[in-house]
This record gives sequence, C-alpha cells and structure tokens, in this order.
Amino acid sequence: MFFGAGILKGLMVTLRSFVASYFRGPDNGGLFTVEYPEKRLTQKENFRNFPFLIYDNTPDNLRCVACDICAKECPPKCIYIVREFDQDGKPLKRPAVFDIDHTVCMNCGICEEACPFDAIYMDHHFEIANADRQKALLFHKEALLKSNEYFHEIRPTDACEIDARRAAAEARKKAAIAAKAAAAAKPATDMPTG
Amino acid sequence: MLKNYEIRDPQSSIDTQTLEINIGPQHPSTHGVFRMNVLLDGEVVVRLKPVMGYLHRNHEQIAENMSYAASMPYTDRLDYFTSMSNNFGYALAVEKLANVEVPERAEYIRVIMAEITRLVNHVSVIGFLLNDLGAFFTPVLYAFREREKILDLFEEISGSRMMCNYLRFGGVKRDLTPAVLEKLRGILNHFPKFLDEFETLLSKNEILCMRCQNIGVLPAELAVNASVTGPMLRGSGVNYDIRKIDGYSVYNRFEFKVPLGHKGDVYDRYYVRILEMRESLKILDQALKAIPTGEIISKKMVPFLKSPRNFKPPVGEAYGRVEGPKGELGFYVVSDGSPQPWRYHVRAPSFINLTILEDICLGQKIADAIVILGSVDIVLGEVDR
Repeated sequence: MFFGAGILKGLMVTLRSFVASYFRGPDNGGLFTVEYPEKRLTQKENFRNFPFLIYDNTPDNLRCVACDICAKECPPKCIYIVREFDQDGKPLKRPAVFDIDHTVCMNCGICEEACPFDAIYMDHHFEIANADRQKALLFHKEALLKSNEYFHEIRPTDACEIDARRAAAEARKKAAIAAKAAAAAKPATDMPTG
Repeated sequence: MLKNYEIRDPQSSIDTQTLEINIGPQHPSTHGVFRMNVLLDGEVVVRLKPVMGYLHRNHEQIAENMSYAASMPYTDRLDYFTSMSNNFGYALAVEKLANVEVPERAEYIRVIMAEITRLVNHVSVIGFLLNDLGAFFTPVLYAFREREKILDLFEEISGSRMMCNYLRFGGVKRDLTPAVLEKLRGILNHFPKFLDEFETLLSKNEILCMRCQNIGVLPAELAVNASVTGPMLRGSGVNYDIRKIDGYSVYNRFEFKVPLGHKGDVYDRYYVRILEMRESLKILDQALKAIPTGEIISKKMVPFLKSPRNFKPPVGEAYGRVEGPKGELGFYVVSDGSPQPWRYHVRAPSFINLTILEDICLGQKIADAIVILGSVDIVLGEVDR
C-alpha cells in the first residue's frame, strides 16, 4: 500500500457517511438529531426527573401523610416537610408544608422507592429553566400536587400496578374490618336476654 | 527544577530561556477542570506538574454521613461516563461487607450493563483522543451517534441516561423486559459494523500513526510501580485484568481474551481500547444467550429498598473492585454496625493513572503532551471526587 492510502480510505468513510445522511433513515446512518423545541421525542416511561406529590380525585385528598421518611432518606436532603395540626394541637395526617428544592434535587428516585404510602413519584417534567434561581426553583406543595390521572398518563405501567396493589390492600383492610365487626356482633346475639 | 535545568547550548550566542505556562483549568484539551503546569524549552516539555482538586466535592465524607444505599446515586457522579460500573463496584463492596448473595439473573444483568458501559466509554474516549489530535469532531460525533443509542437504552432501563442509579445491594432496580433485550440485540448486531468503519477511518490513518506511535511510551515497570491499571497498563503489555484475576460476579463463565499492547505508546493504548470493545461484544453476546430467568434482587435485601436506614451491615471491612473501563475501580467500606459507613474510600483509576503523567510527557513536544493526556483517559469527576 502506498503512503496515504489509510487517509484516503478514511476519507471514503466520511464521504459515504455524508451521502448516507441524506438518503438513509435515522437508525441506519442518516440524520438522527431532533430539532428540539419544535419537535420532541416521546419520553421513555421510566424516565425520572423531579418528584411530584400524587392525589386521588381532589387536591385535598393527597396520599402524603407527612411521615417524613422521604425527607430522611433523600441523599441531598432537598425535601422539607411540616406536619399539619388542628385547632386542639392534635397532629393531622397531612403536610402543612411540603417543599422540594429543585436546585438541590439530583433526580435519584430514592424518595419514590422509600415512600410507604405511594405518595411521591418521579415526574417527566424537565423544562424548569428560570432566570430566578432562588424562589422559582423552590417548589411548594401546591406546585407539586398532581393527580393520579396525570400519573397514569406519564407512566401507565407503574400506575396500573400501584393502583391494583392499593385496591387489593384496601379490600383486605375492608375484609378485616368486616370480619372484626362480624366477630364483635356474634357474641352480642348469643348473649342471654333478660 | 527550574534552577537545575540547563539550557541546551551554553556556548551559543542566542539568549534562550525556559517558559512556564499553565494549560487549564479552563482549557478544552484538559477534559475538565484540570491544570497542567508546564515548563517548556522551546516546544519541549521539561517539567510538568498536574494540579488537581478543582472539582473536589467531598464524596467520601458525604458518604460517611448517610445510609449505605444513599451513596449509590453519588457514585454515578464519580466517573459520569460509566455510572453503571461505578454502581457495580460499590454494590460489590457492600455485598461483601454484608454477605449478600446476588441472584443469577441480576448478575447477568450487571455484567451486561458493565460491558455495555465499557463500549460507551471506549468509543467516546477514542473520539476525544482524536479531538486532541486535531481531527476536530468528526470521529467524536461518529462515536456519540453510537453512544446515544446505548444511552437511550439506559434511559429506558434505569430512568436516566447518565446518572443511572440502577444497581441495588443484592440485585438491580428493574428487570429487563423482552422488548429491551431485543433492542439491545439490535444495537449489538450493528456495533461491530460501526467498529469496522471506525477502524477504517482511524487505525491505519498515517497522520494518526505518526502522531501516536512512539509517543508517550510508558514502560511496563513504571506502570506496575505506579499501580497504573486498565487499558493504560495493558497497553504496556502487562496482563492484568480484574475480570480474569478476581472472576467477580459471573465473569468466569464467559470466554474472552485480554488484549495487550507491546510498546506502551499512545497508539497501543488506543488500539487496546478498540480490541477491548471487540472482547466486550463477545461477552455481551454470550451473556445475552445465557441470561436466566428469575429474581432480580435477593430476598434478604428487598425490605431495605423501602427503608435504607435499617440496613446495618455487621462490624467489619470490605474492599470491592471491578475492572472499570478506566482501570481498577475499588470501594473500601468499613462498618461499625451503624446505618452509616464508618469509613468509605474510593480507589479512583483515573486519579492513579494520572500520577505518571510527568514521566511519560518529559522530553515530548507540548502538542504531544495534550495527546498523551487524552490517551490516559481521565474524567475529573473521578480524579477529584
């Protein structure tokens, strides 16, 4: 082989690839770049980006019980929770404050794994760029609340699985209560009258 | 050093002097925030001092203050090109510490992920090496085109392209669906073709050969003495691959060779990486054929997914290491029985491989020093931790 043959062969590769970029499909050496704001790729179902709080039916009915487990397990400690109290000072099973600092969050998904109440899940929303770096990226409870329907929309497989599990747990609970009630009712009928 | 250095020809009437310059920390050829303090005599390097620490994030101390599982996402951020291998090393260390068995299927998934990560790393490092040589962005974009397909797959499997956080102690987070495996097979079928094309473009290119051969020669003795590992060491002809030596996970079930260079120059390091990719493809092929069905996480560890803080390994210490794409990646963990590691240390391959930089750069031209640094394959996230 003469000197320079390697370069010429290499240039043939770039030429072929240049021509192919006009005629071939994106999987086969063609252009595969997507012109982002105008066109978008469909999100992968498992894609995770920033957590959100989930509610059933109405926003008052959120699943979070302010147990603080996610805040403790969060590696960069970006979750801040304050429990709500009623007028008598009795703790209620819901958060008064639930803040997530998106500047600190690193999208690891540990909150979602650790939550025992299926209340916090990772979102697909990623366009949070903002000129203000303090307030606009500190998300309060109201901004974090999203419906179960939205969850079904973005992650149907996981959502269906979780709904089925919750329904089964609910049914078991009801059955247990019914059994207890039946057991409690039975001695009452057996009791001698008068 | 400056005082001892003699200017080449004291009799000459031309007045010459050495020149001290800083390359970096903000310089595209240093692959991140890394500074080389170089003393030049004309174009020749007579002293080189690597200055690092600009990206120090206190990784080890942070890990000592949180639960074992919570460090897993932080290991992704060490060498951000190869997050799956980093997870693998850390998981191995903690599993050794707590005596956890990993189910077969999970082991296979781990091996598949680690090898596919090696492909990602090696194609991109070769691309960047060519960038340093002046082949501006054509090879790196070809490499990134392939890398992107694999990253898409990572996103589908783990939820994130680069910060995968996919492995768990005793297994993996999510199972591979048949659709994903099919896609993986598609990528692997295409990859050898791409590799052939890449080699036609580069391996016999006269300019690349002239710039890389006999440049930055790393003698085998020096490499061993400085505990250099990975493709750097194998490029110098030392047969040392932890996949063969430790046979961790299920690596002893696969047939593959350990490619070796003989001169230890930049070209050998480049070519060892190409050959390693071919061996990785062999491993992936065998793993995909033999992957069993079954559990993906050990039953003992399932409860700790929900409550990482209850995971308290017994008192003791463990060192887990993997053959990462850059070299021996080791995690040393000491437990005092509490939910947090008492001591946590990372043996970062790119940091240790960087220590011999001065030895292999002395006497070379400044432009070659850039290429030599490119062939060392550093990622500053791992060097500085």
